[in-house]
Amino acid sequence: MNMVVCVKRVPDTAESEVHIDASGKDIEKSRLSFGINECDNYAVEEAIQIKERLGGTVTVISLGPKENDEVIRMALAKGGDEAIRLEDEAFDGSDGFAVAKALAAAIKDLEYDIVFTGALADDDGYGVVPAALGELLGVPHATYVKKVEILEDGKRARVGRELEGGLLEFLEIELPCVLGIQTGINEPRYASFKGIKQAAKKEITVKSAADLGLDPSEVGEAGSWAVLEKFTPPVVGEMAEILEGDPEETAAKLAAILKEKGLV
Amino acid sequence: MKDIFVLIEHRRGEMRDVSIEMLCGAAGLGGTVVAVLFGKDVDAFAEKAAGYADKVLYVNDPMFENYNSEAYQKALSALIKEHNPGLVLIGNTAQGIDLAPALAVELGAPLVTDITALEMDSDKPKPTRQFYGGKLDAHMVMKDADLYILTVREATFQAGEPSKSGEIVKVDNPVKEEITYRKFVEYVEPEVGEVDITQSTMLVGVGRGIREDKNLPIVEELAKVLGADLAASRAVVDAGWLPADRQVGISGKTVKPKLYLAVGISGAFQHVTGMKGSEVIVAINKDPDAPIFGIADYGIVDDLFKVVPKLTEKIKELKGL
Ligand SMILES: Cc1cc2nc3c(=O)[nH]c(=O)nc-3n(C[C@H](O)[C@H](O)[C@H](O)COP(=O)(O)OP(=O)(O)OC[C@H]3O[C@@H](n4cnc5c(N)ncnc54)[C@H](O)[C@@H]3O)c2cc1C
Repeated sequence: MNMVVCVKRVPDTAESEVHIDASGKDIEKSRLSFGINECDNYAVEEAIQIKERLGGTVTVISLGPKENDEVIRMALAKGGDEAIRLEDEAFDGSDGFAVAKALAAAIKDLEYDIVFTGALADDDGYGVVPAALGELLGVPHATYVKKVEILEDGKRARVGRELEGGLLEFLEIELPCVLGIQTGINEPRYASFKGIKQAAKKEITVKSAADLGLDPSEVGEAGSWAVLEKFTPPVVGEMAEILEGDPEETAAKLAAILKEKGLV
Repeated sequence: MKDIFVLIEHRRGEMRDVSIEMLCGAAGLGGTVVAVLFGKDVDAFAEKAAGYADKVLYVNDPMFENYNSEAYQKALSALIKEHNPGLVLIGNTAQGIDLAPALAVELGAPLVTDITALEMDSDKPKPTRQFYGGKLDAHMVMKDADLYILTVREATFQAGEPSKSGEIVKVDNPVKEEITYRKFVEYVEPEVGEVDITQSTMLVGVGRGIREDKNLPIVEELAKVLGADLAASRAVVDAGWLPADRQVGISGKTVKPKLYLAVGISGAFQHVTGMKGSEVIVAINKDPDAPIFGIADYGIVDDLFKVVPKLTEKIKELKGL
């Protein structure tokens, strides 16, 4: 099986305050830490596990600046073979569709049986790439994938998609295909020290829009379905009554409230 | 305004709520609302949809017994080409997100996914969606086009009472060719464990803030003194720290306890969807901007490792334990 894995580098905002910057269209990123998009990490693991079972190669692709090399190298260290990074100012402001176009342009000339992506990006949450990429490449796709089993003929896969309520929908899909991987499908490994050392030496091929045969009007904001006009703080309903004080006090206040409500 | 197509979603004999919500939301946008429905023997759904739509276009065919992106994409794009709607609404569900991007690419129609609010600028949608796990609202401007596609997050629009009696039009399956590259096989139910959290009167929900599974005893202890069961966010289940049947949310369980105490949970909408019906919601989180505080009744902004043991202590005192 020859596989391609698309990975994204994203800021970790779950535990940090998010500030809108002066442009109103971006956030201040200087104090945020970055890492691999959560479900992409599972996608990398899935590709490597299939390679370990059936042989083949894993090519890692990421769209973004030089800093993305860190995420790419981690995927190489875990067992990826080759890497391509797509970098161009023309890609700035891309929505999921424009990203999918750049990825498709890079992937179409590769030999692949499966393209893996994450089901969703932690930052923009578009979820567009797996299905759009499949359509652009002219191959079938499935997303929210929580199980992948290559069938004996090597031409089809049995794929489990996660539906609402945790129900799994199993389907058979022809290869080559694009699979959008959902978190929890496997247990992502840590890279070994040896792997990290080897990955540091590997070459990452950098490609511009022109290298991919893309006109700037096809990608970035110009090639997107929609552009961000502005960010605003979320509209929240009534905020929680925040209990003030040190842990001793807040715990006592909460305990008293629970008692008053008959919950204790 | 041209017609608005709303794709009706159903699974295993049940029409999904988001379908009615979208029909109701579409009713305020100024075009003819057309419910589009594919299924096998779905006359009853067609009738139900007619209560909320000006028109129902539906296809009965074994091809649509279960969702299949290949069959759905072919059928929906054929009906869109024939009827020329200006807007298509699809649920931002496991089904919709598998279908809409490929359909949009095929038709050359701009798509915005997972919208949480919608305004129209004459015929052009100006959707709002969220970035960064609900920490910001993003106002989107779509490219000019004749057809727009949106996937709509559940509960974005409110489902009202049926007030229309739309014309019901049964159409022939526009897909003549065989479905070849994707085949539905079966549904597999999630495993059932020893505790059914949907029946619990009190739940302590634990999230990634707990850091490691070896820290679980501090929330277990709290749950024990409260007489509560332990529930979890997806992050905790994915990490393998608690079994899948403890997961609350869109891909987990929907719970309605008297008390839901969210510990180290950010409050992503996929989680909130499963627990917002709880009577009293309390959140303990060190990030004052965590979206969970937007739906909680009471909040403590602090380190859970400091607060939870104290809370356990205080409750023990109150109970005379
Ligand atoms: C299709 C799909 C379906 C999904 N279904 C579900 C679902 O059913 N259920 C679900 O839960 N999620 C679901 N998710 C995932 C969801 O989007 C979030 O990723 C998940 O809910 C995050 O879990 P969390 O809040 O535990 O972790 P995080 O978002 O990482 O948040 C951790 C929180 O802990 C806080 N914290 C950290 N340390 C401390 C400390 N010492 N003291 C206090 N607070 C601390 C942080 O401030 C942060 O707010 C789904 C996602 C997708 C794409």
